[in-house]
Amino acid sequence: MKFRGKVWKFGANIDTDGIIPARYLNTSDPNELAKHCMEDVDPDFPEKVKPGDIIVADRNFGCGSSREHAPLAIKAAGITCVIAKSFARIFYRNAFNTGLPIFESPELVDNVAQGEELEIDGTSGEIINLTRNKRFKANPIPPFMQELIACGGLMNYAQKKLRKD
Amino acid sequence: MGMTITEKILAAHAGKEKVKPGEIISARVDIALGNDVTAPIAIEEFRKAGGKKVFDRNKVILVPDHFTPNKDILSARQCQILRDFAKEQNLPYYFEQGEAGIEHALLPELGLVLPGDLVIGADSHTCTYGALGAFATGVGSTDLAYTMITGESWFRVPETIKFVYEGKLSPWVEGKDLILFTIGDIGVEGARYKAMEFTGEVIDNLPMSSRLTMANMAIEAGAKNGIFIPDKITKAYIDERKKREYTLYNSDPDADYIEVKRYDVSALEPQVAFPPLPSNVRPISKVGYIPIDQVVIGSCTNGRIEDLRTAARILKGRKVAPYVRLIIIPATPWTYRQALEEGLIQIFLDSKAVISPPTCGPCLGGHMGILAKGERAVATTNRNFVGRMGDPESEVYLANPAVAAASAILGRIGGPHEL
Repeated sequence: MKFRGKVWKFGANIDTDGIIPARYLNTSDPNELAKHCMEDVDPDFPEKVKPGDIIVADRNFGCGSSREHAPLAIKAAGITCVIAKSFARIFYRNAFNTGLPIFESPELVDNVAQGEELEIDGTSGEIINLTRNKRFKANPIPPFMQELIACGGLMNYAQKKLRKD
Repeated sequence: MGMTITEKILAAHAGKEKVKPGEIISARVDIALGNDVTAPIAIEEFRKAGGKKVFDRNKVILVPDHFTPNKDILSARQCQILRDFAKEQNLPYYFEQGEAGIEHALLPELGLVLPGDLVIGADSHTCTYGALGAFATGVGSTDLAYTMITGESWFRVPETIKFVYEGKLSPWVEGKDLILFTIGDIGVEGARYKAMEFTGEVIDNLPMSSRLTMANMAIEAGAKNGIFIPDKITKAYIDERKKREYTLYNSDPDADYIEVKRYDVSALEPQVAFPPLPSNVRPISKVGYIPIDQVVIGSCTNGRIEDLRTAARILKGRKVAPYVRLIIIPATPWTYRQALEEGLIQIFLDSKAVISPPTCGPCLGGHMGILAKGERAVATTNRNFVGRMGDPESEVYLANPAVAAASAILGRIGGPHEL
């Protein structure tokens, strides 16, 4: 899978309440969540984000809560993937479980700015900053996570496992 | 080479003799937990995947606690989804409002989580049960759905960081201060993906309530789990409330730790975490002059009877400062009842505090005490990120119950020694 889009750049320790404030969690409707994605971090984001955009963030992206509403809100807002220097543990799991592609590339994060254009090859992990004409490599996705993706997510993996047992 | 307690519990539940950090395993789950915010998604995923009956109705626990008593129409619907599912699946451990409390305070109190258990919960503070010598970790709703169907969950076995606390605690210094100090030292990523094992002479004498507080905040350092080796304090707590038998695990003397951090805490003061990170920690003597608008004493971190007793000792015969709101939230119905019997509620009411029903409420900016723009709160809760308790331009300072109570009286952040 390939992704190409405009970058929204964020700092370190963007927590789940930053991604989707908990006051909106009386619903799990993705369309409602999308309206408030990142709103306490950048009030312009919900209005200005376009389908195909990409989030790039510094370390520990998605720290805080285990709530899946975070990757759900990001996906529903039209973001195709997230690249960060590192991800918090539960967010990392939830992203794979909900089908939000994520990549770790500290080098890329240090060499891209707000509004620049990226192209990502999800299979090889190669990332190109088209604006600066520079290439980077994301950390390889662990084999088990690749298997989850190949199955089409955790619940499909569950059904495959149940059929085997 | 021996194993750590975390590795042993994971190995036992994966049916293996031994596991090593980095290994991916599939493990049997003893308790799968969800709440009113996270369970609705899990239930939907369960159904979409063709789930009919949960793997074991005695092992799936649902506690509506975040936006309860029903905060608004949408929250009422989320609680309704839990209730309907509990009835359909005949779950003995669904808690209706009136019996429900904050989940991570309720489950230990009722003896539902025991040493040696493997617990997953669709809430990041599930790590709290590590205080009981269980492996307990937070997961998302889809993970909960997977476990509800299969009775298992997959894990990458974590490396363990050993923390050794030596010395003797000063008055008013407790578990909250130990964990805030630790997170301040290692940072919000300092234990990312790892197990935090809490040990040392200070820990050997630390009451269960403080252990629960410490394990509760392991997630704030990015940890997978926080854990204590069960000992006589654990047994005393567990044996008077256990609902079934349990297994005690420990760490082998030759277990492998990725790091060992030693702290002498004899000079440790009460700690305050400044916004916007739980790691932005200072001792109370270095806080300076910071006027406040609200104090919250409660949450899965510090809403137990011991915390209310501490607050009552300070609030007795005193009043909350003018224009300041003090909101006290007993974490469970039993805690509320016990506080009533001990005369604590009277003390709180006399001091002009607001008493809330058991709920997570303001901790995550839900209800029961939200902050306006420009307001500041001291809270015994666990997070202080931007907008955590209300307006993105409000601030939350994390502290222990003694500092919270003293601050309510002073109208600014301060400690009990100033009263």
